[in-house]
Amino acid sequence: MATLMIDVRDVAKRFGTNVVLKRVSLQLPAGKILGLIGPSGAGKTTLVKAVLGMESVDAGTTQVLGTTMPNRAIMQRIGYMAQSDALYTRLTARENLRFFGELLGLRGQHLTAAIAHAAQVVNLTADLDRRITAYSGGMKRRLSLAIALLHDPDLLILDEPTVGIDPELRQQIWAELDQLRDQGKAILVTTHVMGEAERCDDLMLIRGGVALAQGTPATLKHDHGVSTIEQVFLKAGRMQDADHRDR
Amino acid sequence: MRIIAIVKRVLREMVRDKRTLALMFLAPLLILTLMYFLFQNNATNVATIGVSRVDSQLVTALKNSHTQIKSYDAQATARTQIRRDNLAAFIHQQDGRLTVIYQNSQPSDTALVRQALQGARTKLKVQALVAATKTQRQALQRQTKVLKTLLQQRPQAGQTVRTPAKSAAVTAPDYTVTSHYLYGSADSTFFDTFLPILLGFFVFFFVFLISGISLLNERTTGTLTRLLATPIRRGEIIAGYLVGYGLFAIVQTVLTVAFALTVFKVHMLGSVAVILLINFLLAMVALSLGIFISTFANSEFQMMQFIPLLIVPQIFFSGLIAVDQMPTWLQGLAHIFPLYYGGQALMDVATRGVGLGAVAGDLWILVLFAVVFTVLNVVGLKRYRRV
Repeated sequence: MATLMIDVRDVAKRFGTNVVLKRVSLQLPAGKILGLIGPSGAGKTTLVKAVLGMESVDAGTTQVLGTTMPNRAIMQRIGYMAQSDALYTRLTARENLRFFGELLGLRGQHLTAAIAHAAQVVNLTADLDRRITAYSGGMKRRLSLAIALLHDPDLLILDEPTVGIDPELRQQIWAELDQLRDQGKAILVTTHVMGEAERCDDLMLIRGGVALAQGTPATLKHDHGVSTIEQVFLKAGRMQDADHRDR
Repeated sequence: MRIIAIVKRVLREMVRDKRTLALMFLAPLLILTLMYFLFQNNATNVATIGVSRVDSQLVTALKNSHTQIKSYDAQATARTQIRRDNLAAFIHQQDGRLTVIYQNSQPSDTALVRQALQGARTKLKVQALVAATKTQRQALQRQTKVLKTLLQQRPQAGQTVRTPAKSAAVTAPDYTVTSHYLYGSADSTFFDTFLPILLGFFVFFFVFLISGISLLNERTTGTLTRLLATPIRRGEIIAGYLVGYGLFAIVQTVLTVAFALTVFKVHMLGSVAVILLINFLLAMVALSLGIFISTFANSEFQMMQFIPLLIVPQIFFSGLIAVDQMPTWLQGLAHIFPLYYGGQALMDVATRGVGLGAVAGDLWILVLFAVVFTVLNVVGLKRYRRV
């Protein structure tokens, strides 16, 4: 078994009386893409933030690369793409990339090369010198992804990376993710696009703060006796609701 | 260095936002110019006084460069005339009694009329006194003459009667007054005196607003979270902000002070460098306060709501109104406002010409304010990331 990039054990989190995560565990080894799927409000983003150490948890432990989070040195090795496009709109794409690159300790030739590569992956090379105010939603999404890829991190955490991106480019991005995975990097992706879920190595279904099911897409389909991930999800959801009623 | 990256970004964003830049640099100049003209024209105020059946002597005495007299007949009623002709006051005489009705919607006009009336009464009294002495003297001289002739007719008495000394004649003492001003000069206006405080206030207000709102934007757009997902230290973010906006505050302060000194030729007794230093410290307090307050706001509008709460009261305690004449509890309250210390230091340096040493106490308190808020800001970012 490869080293665990992410090791989350029995994490629980509540905001006031609203329980967002109930004892969720998650393991991600290097060289794998783990898809976190679930409806909005399921607790995906909270779980992702807990992994990054940006959300304190009420119970359980979160470790990245064997280190308990939060830890600033480990941040250097994570590429994070938030759900909202956190970009400086008055700056150009290149200036945004340069700024985050500098924060990540890249400089000089190395930074220039990294910017060129990341921009090429998300197909923004031609638009690098335009201000973000002139960018479309999809372009902003792609730039956010480029920032996450910039410093060639060992672990990528992507929160809804392909929202608003057209199918062709989506394929291109997934091809890049596959390639990174093959290089031995670990990738945690949240999505609610079921078609994307099929492309992950492992899946975790999360609903109402509870991990409903976990496994490879094929195992999940087989175990639930259905032919698509969407059906797996619906079936697992119905079982969860039935379980609640019985109590 | 990560701080430099933040500073560069803050500066670049600011330069791109032309309107905010204009607000920060030009708005203070505009307001100063307006105030300059508003307070310069104070001296040419003229109040119109309506008179009815008032002795002509008194009316003449009432006239001065600040009053204008309008006569009405006996039937005129004060209230109607004041409203119709916009009189500052209406004076009506019945036998020896004067009745004055003030419009009193402009306290400064009321004061002018009161002054004129007081002056006129004094003048008339002095005139009456002089006249009385004159008649007395004439009477005395007549008596002396009579006495002399009587004595000449009876020389055997051998006694001379001393004529009353000429000096006995009453002459009103005529003083020449030479005025010296310890601070400023005879043409010191409200503007000259309070300009230093106004400078400090503008710096404080605009820096507070701009730094607070820009950090608020970082919070609401998620860039702050994004920043904290990099290995940056919390202190580096705050330091980057302090340096970036601090540079703008310096430019703003220098521009405003230079404008006041060159265009309006305002007298500043103390060193301009110390004035700049005080303003810079005020800007640092405003900067750290703005960032701190932005924690409690969820939108720009909520940020604006802090202006009447935190900024406006500072004006009252900045020295525009004499703090030492306030009730004790208000004087105590003044001490929690940074602008109280800033205003005091600015006044001392600009109008009293004291040096850096004399205002050091105030400056250290400003430094303390800035340090406390900065520490609170660094700690406050723990909300986003605990390390």
